[in-house]
Amino acid sequence: MTRTRKPGISRRSTLALIGVGAATFAAPWVARAQAKTIKIGMPTILSGRVAQLGTSSRNAVLLEVEKINAAGGLAGRQIEMVIRDSKGQPQEAARIARELVNTDGCEMLLDGEASSGSFAVHEVARDLGVLCIHTCSEASSLTADPKQHIPNAFRCVRQGIHDSIVGAGYAAGIAKAKGLKKWATCSPDYAYGRDTTGEFVLYLKKFAPDVEIISESWPKLFQPDYTEVVTKILQAKPQALYSCLWGGDLTSYIDQANIYAMFAQMEVFAVNMADYTALTVVKNLPKGIHSGDRYIKTFPPTPENAAWGDAYKAKYNEYPTNWSWQNATAVMFLSEAVKKANSTDGKKVAEVLTGLTIKCPFGADGTVTMRADDHTLVGYAIGWGTTIPQEPYVPDVKAGDWKAIFELEAEWKKSKGYT
Amino acid sequence: MDLDALASCLTSPACLVTQTTSGLIIGMLLFLVAVGLTLIFGVLKVVNFSHGAFYMFGAYFAMTAYQLTGSFALAILSGAVGTALLGLVFERAFMSRVYGRDVLMQLLVCYAFVLIFDDVVRMIWGPEFKSMGMPAAFQVPPLFIAGGVVPPYYLLLIGVALAAAAVLGLGLARSRIGKVIRAAAHNPGMVSALGINTGLIYGGVFALGGMLAGLAGALAAPVRSLTPGMGFSVLIESFIVTVIGGMGSILGALIGALLIGLIRSFGSLGFPLFTEGLMYLFMVIVLVSRPTGLFGKEVA
Repeated sequence: MTRTRKPGISRRSTLALIGVGAATFAAPWVARAQAKTIKIGMPTILSGRVAQLGTSSRNAVLLEVEKINAAGGLAGRQIEMVIRDSKGQPQEAARIARELVNTDGCEMLLDGEASSGSFAVHEVARDLGVLCIHTCSEASSLTADPKQHIPNAFRCVRQGIHDSIVGAGYAAGIAKAKGLKKWATCSPDYAYGRDTTGEFVLYLKKFAPDVEIISESWPKLFQPDYTEVVTKILQAKPQALYSCLWGGDLTSYIDQANIYAMFAQMEVFAVNMADYTALTVVKNLPKGIHSGDRYIKTFPPTPENAAWGDAYKAKYNEYPTNWSWQNATAVMFLSEAVKKANSTDGKKVAEVLTGLTIKCPFGADGTVTMRADDHTLVGYAIGWGTTIPQEPYVPDVKAGDWKAIFELEAEWKKSKGYT
Repeated sequence: MDLDALASCLTSPACLVTQTTSGLIIGMLLFLVAVGLTLIFGVLKVVNFSHGAFYMFGAYFAMTAYQLTGSFALAILSGAVGTALLGLVFERAFMSRVYGRDVLMQLLVCYAFVLIFDDVVRMIWGPEFKSMGMPAAFQVPPLFIAGGVVPPYYLLLIGVALAAAAVLGLGLARSRIGKVIRAAAHNPGMVSALGINTGLIYGGVFALGGMLAGLAGALAAPVRSLTPGMGFSVLIESFIVTVIGGMGSILGALIGALLIGLIRSFGSLGFPLFTEGLMYLFMVIVLVSRPTGLFGKEVA
């Protein structure tokens, strides 16, 4: 009996083809899993009005990655950063984040976006399950709101609510001592400006019940001229002014208010003044503006912080920004978590990151913690002080009390229905 | 709405002086940018969407000259002359090729240059914002006129802008070159037939428009932060001014700019949450009642 063979592809050939096909398609994944280098993706803002902050984020990350790679990498794997420009557009940030993971093979994400973009990247992290550390968004709800909570996302950034509690406590002390009852506010007209000002006023009135807000101004973001705002505030004759204008808007405002001698007529509290981007640009910085610390190499007043600020300046010929220290801290957290997990597997690293405390130059007591219950950074150096026109710019920063911050933050979360 | 604040300001001489000068400052800077825009449109029939870039270059040129020489007068001169030269080169090399073409084509060329100019500034001066700083001569306490606060620098600014308006208005109305420009705007073919080099006229007008925007940028540099793209928001308000005043009318640009300045300064007291909206509302009212603007002429 002869065996007859039907024309066409045999079962054996089909199986072989499937096998070859599977091997072909699986090869990159196998290769990726065994790759010596580990790719970390980072969408951030490298063009437009906020480019300076995005660039300073990239610089800080590269500064820290260089150190880790020189010391042998993450669990023996050299880090390769893949950094892309989102132009500050949320939809572009989300697209880039997805592309970094799916196409470029990044195993982790550092999200160097402002608040608007961060929420978009957060959804990508939720969808792909990739380990993601937000490094720039200060919007409290990103981690305070339980609806946003996912096990693979963390926030290594200062928070608006922390700043408001510390700032209002500091301002209330001065208000009581100097009898400052009539206050005005002037903040940019978008979510950050409205929320931060609202929280500051809420706590200011809590700590100093006599305070009354007699004038509010909401100039639009990137407004070129503030003359009408300055003269409006002068007409209201407040004893103190609060502002969360930032960057070029803040420096324009100071230049324009200066020629009306506004700073001699009232106490000014500008939370974003004490950042080198603003301090080094304003040519005629008035003495005595009260500000929160953003990044100052003299606060916390430790040799580690000063050395880090100087190393950054030596490499990039400019001082770091608030976004710089946050990004550097995120890389420090990653390095420590991978060491403890002895693995670069995102899930294992996330487990270790939860509740992890590390030594850090920017910690209030030399350490910072990734709080376990909401995956957010706490224990960082936070304080307020008054500015002078030359280095060290804010010679005496009064540190905030983290115990008080935790108590009031818990109350705030309750009032918002987050707990 | 805070009509009480507005009413009490209108009855207080100190507040009236402060807010009126505040309106004049905003208005006169806007006028310098808008008048260049309207002049270029009136003569060349081109809506120069890249006009804000000249304001930006004027500010950067002034800052650089001030840093190099320490002379404020040279800084202002550099801002004005630098942008005039840039305008001349830009017009001869690029804009002259799109005269009479589709409006969309002109807009696309201008918009391309908005992006290119912003990147050029980024490459030369960097992406971060900069500040020129107030010259020492003007770091003095403000003047008090009838109880109102008036910074001396702003008096200079208003004076320079008014002088520019007067020279421009008289020059165009009385001088021979002014007559030629007006004739070229009206009938370029006839002017050319009379042996006048219209290309030179066009280049000159574009340079003059650029120079006025550059002068505004240079005057604003001590009090405004300098960033790539800073011309855009000024351009939008300048368009509002030209639409209100009438495209092509210098007097219209002056009145439109002053009205916008006053709306902003008094509006911020009475309608703090609707100051921007007031400007647009006023523009809509003008457009509905006089579609050609307050001083615009019907195009046949």
